[in-house]
Amino acid sequence: MTGRARLLLPVLVLAGLAAAPFLGFDTGFAYTLMARAMILGMAALSLSLLVGGAGLVSLGQAAMLGIGAYAVAALDHAGVTNALVVFPAAALLAGLFALVTGAVSLRTSGVHFIMITLAFGQMAFFTASSLSALGGDDGYTLYGRTEWMGTRLLEDRAAFHFILLALLAGTWLLLSALIDSRFGRVLRASRENALRAQAVGFSPFPYRLVAYTVAGAISGLAGALLANATEFVSPATLAWGRSGELLFMVILGGVGQLYGAILGALAIVLLEEWLSHLLNYWRLAFGPLLILSVLFLRNGLAGITAPPRRRRAPPKAAAPKAATLEARADA
Amino acid sequence: MSLNLLLVQLLNGAQLGILLFLVAAGLTLVFGVMDFINLAHGVQYMLGAYVAATLGTLLGSFWLGLLLALPVSLLIGLLLEWVVFRHLYRRDHLAQVLATFGVILTVEDAVRAIWGSSPLAVPQPEGFAGGIEIMPGLTYPSFRLAIIAAGLLVALGLWLLVDRTRAGMLVRAGATNAPMVSALGVDIHKLFTLVFGIGAMLAGFAGALAGPVFAVAPGMGDGVLILAFVVIVIGGIGSIRGAFVAAILVGLIDTLGRAMLPDLLRLVMDASSARQTGAALASMLVYIVMAAILFLSPAGLFPVRRG
Amino acid sequence: MPEPLLELRGLRKRFGGLTVTDDVSLTVLPGEIHAVIGPNGAGKTTLIHQISGTLRPDEGEVVFAGQRVTDWSFPRRARAGLARSFQITCIVPGFTALENVALAVQARSGSSFRFFRPAHLEARLNEAARAALEGVGLGHRAGVVAGSMSHGEKRQLELAVALAMEPRLLLLDEPLAGAGPEETERLVALLRSLRQRYGILLVEHDMGAVFALADRVSVLVYGRVVITGTVEEIRSHPEVRSAYLGEDEMA
Repeated sequence: MTGRARLLLPVLVLAGLAAAPFLGFDTGFAYTLMARAMILGMAALSLSLLVGGAGLVSLGQAAMLGIGAYAVAALDHAGVTNALVVFPAAALLAGLFALVTGAVSLRTSGVHFIMITLAFGQMAFFTASSLSALGGDDGYTLYGRTEWMGTRLLEDRAAFHFILLALLAGTWLLLSALIDSRFGRVLRASRENALRAQAVGFSPFPYRLVAYTVAGAISGLAGALLANATEFVSPATLAWGRSGELLFMVILGGVGQLYGAILGALAIVLLEEWLSHLLNYWRLAFGPLLILSVLFLRNGLAGITAPPRRRRAPPKAAAPKAATLEARADA
Repeated sequence: MSLNLLLVQLLNGAQLGILLFLVAAGLTLVFGVMDFINLAHGVQYMLGAYVAATLGTLLGSFWLGLLLALPVSLLIGLLLEWVVFRHLYRRDHLAQVLATFGVILTVEDAVRAIWGSSPLAVPQPEGFAGGIEIMPGLTYPSFRLAIIAAGLLVALGLWLLVDRTRAGMLVRAGATNAPMVSALGVDIHKLFTLVFGIGAMLAGFAGALAGPVFAVAPGMGDGVLILAFVVIVIGGIGSIRGAFVAAILVGLIDTLGRAMLPDLLRLVMDASSARQTGAALASMLVYIVMAAILFLSPAGLFPVRRG
Repeated sequence: MPEPLLELRGLRKRFGGLTVTDDVSLTVLPGEIHAVIGPNGAGKTTLIHQISGTLRPDEGEVVFAGQRVTDWSFPRRARAGLARSFQITCIVPGFTALENVALAVQARSGSSFRFFRPAHLEARLNEAARAALEGVGLGHRAGVVAGSMSHGEKRQLELAVALAMEPRLLLLDEPLAGAGPEETERLVALLRSLRQRYGILLVEHDMGAVFALADRVSVLVYGRVVITGTVEEIRSHPEVRSAYLGEDEMA
């Protein structure tokens, strides 16, 4: 696709994150904030693959995040802290959950899909709440961060920062490649016109299921990192509000561009931080901002800085709703 | 488990089911007619409870509070529709989900700012303080019985309204084919507003009724909203009958599961793990049932035919 | 007589009390254009749906290239070489014309569970797609976003997509619907050039085009095949003349 200019913004943002520690943003507070933004950015990227790439609006992505986080807690509880075990286990477990729930959810479409993913998210939430060995509702505090080759590498703030940055950039590159690949082409075609994809011989289901599983695994990895960043895990990680927040990151950044998720995550983490310092009841301002951005910022932040790649089809037809034949009558 | 206890749990389940139906009815109609997914519907439930409790305390009567909560809920619903929702009807579901999510965040924080974060004291309904002996040796709180009765009456009224009146006919037609109804020269926007107002009022009514039974606290709408979603998905989106059947089903499954699963599991495992597993499984039960039903029939139990 | 490419055996489909396909049996031979005509509501599109696999018949069999495909899904039949066009234009509006066709090429050339190589750089896919576009006269429009093409171009694009699937049978549901006279002429010429290479089942309202193209014609009325015959037989059939075809269309 066209234009290296489109890549300027995300590269600048990543470069900014890389430079930040050298520009005075090396306090514990700054590191914490950036870590949060980068980790949620990874999860938002994976959700963007679903929403922007496959047209699947999932309202249960926090479950995958939470499963990754709880994998760290459970292994910690069992005395396993080796990164080579913990992180793959987190990604695998979340991917497996996505595979199983996706197989059910993807039988439906449109608003049914939204509600089912929400319901599965709640299922995971209640399960986490009932894990009394891991603190139940109160959550679980890790003994320490995950170890790398026997060292406490992740406890070094700068090292953790650059590991997160590398993973964020890697996720972005990986998912960009995925969207542009043969696989991604089938996903995109199925989003825009599932009937057309079927007519040439593709049934969208297996492609969507793979995308859903990949997104789940990436979110699981992000969850494991989140547990490490906060050294604490609680059911709040899986709360459905978190899923809504991730969706907001994707939309605020711009659905049409994968990297929009990174912009969105950064913007929202900073905005939340700023507002919560400013106001006692900061959601009183955050909520209306969310509503306004949905109503008026149709192409997201990426849409402000870069001209839209192409004119979008009418909103309802391009939407991930179960498109009817009528909706496709573009004659 | 004794028969008495089972009966009590059945009544509790029916009561939860009725409250869920009152919330789900508005949700399913709004979605069916307007193709609009409203996450903020739980907010109506919460506000109904808060308004009823506050006015009830102020006026010294729960029933006055309940009565006044109805028009207030209606007004709040219409106001939200006017300020936010009507700009979203033509947008995709994603935009609707997010904007209504924003409404939840805003209103819940507003509630915290006004009433505080801790649960609110609710006046007890006068005349329904005690219990009724429904069987020898078994008394059941009379107010809870009143909830069931009130809910059944509303369900009946709603069914008559939707099934027997011209407006109801249009609502049903609208759920099947909105462009057709609008082609008939019906002001579809007026119909939308009407449906929306009724839905908001029903949810507020449910919240007001739930006040004396459950805790009135800022997050109370979320749990109910998600269960209501489960209800309308199971029942088939747009179907009042489906919402009723599914609501009772979900209420019973949830209540009975919580009451009985730990005991059942004790037959196969030791007491403490039975308690823990039972609790976890019980809270997942309705979602498992939903997944199973959707696996067998993706459009729910009473699919509304779209044409 | 050669083995038929497509054979329908006693297809029946009811919607509620209405029988929309009533014991339909017909064949399409390799290299033949078999047209299905009939008044509106005769069940032509429902028939196409059952052949392509978007609807399942209540009774009867669909046999394609010697295989019973009645229980096969729509995509599976497409992969087996059964390409269908739609009455209402069906393209991926956000894709370029080239990518629309490349999608079809991709479907028949190896696995699409390939995750890392950019698909738009795969020369093999692009070359085949370009060839198909040129085949329908859209070579110069390859880079245009499909959603912004004219109606006639979209119909041509749909044909290019169908051809790129390298099908054995084309199911064309009113390919001329909505096309102007010039476009019609171009599309008819195009369809004529396709005969021999593919079996074609053609549903079309434009009688001129049907009589110019078809080897055999079946007349569908209220879901039943009233008569199947050559163009000459259909033209001269008195019942068809009076009941369905206007005299002026005979001219």
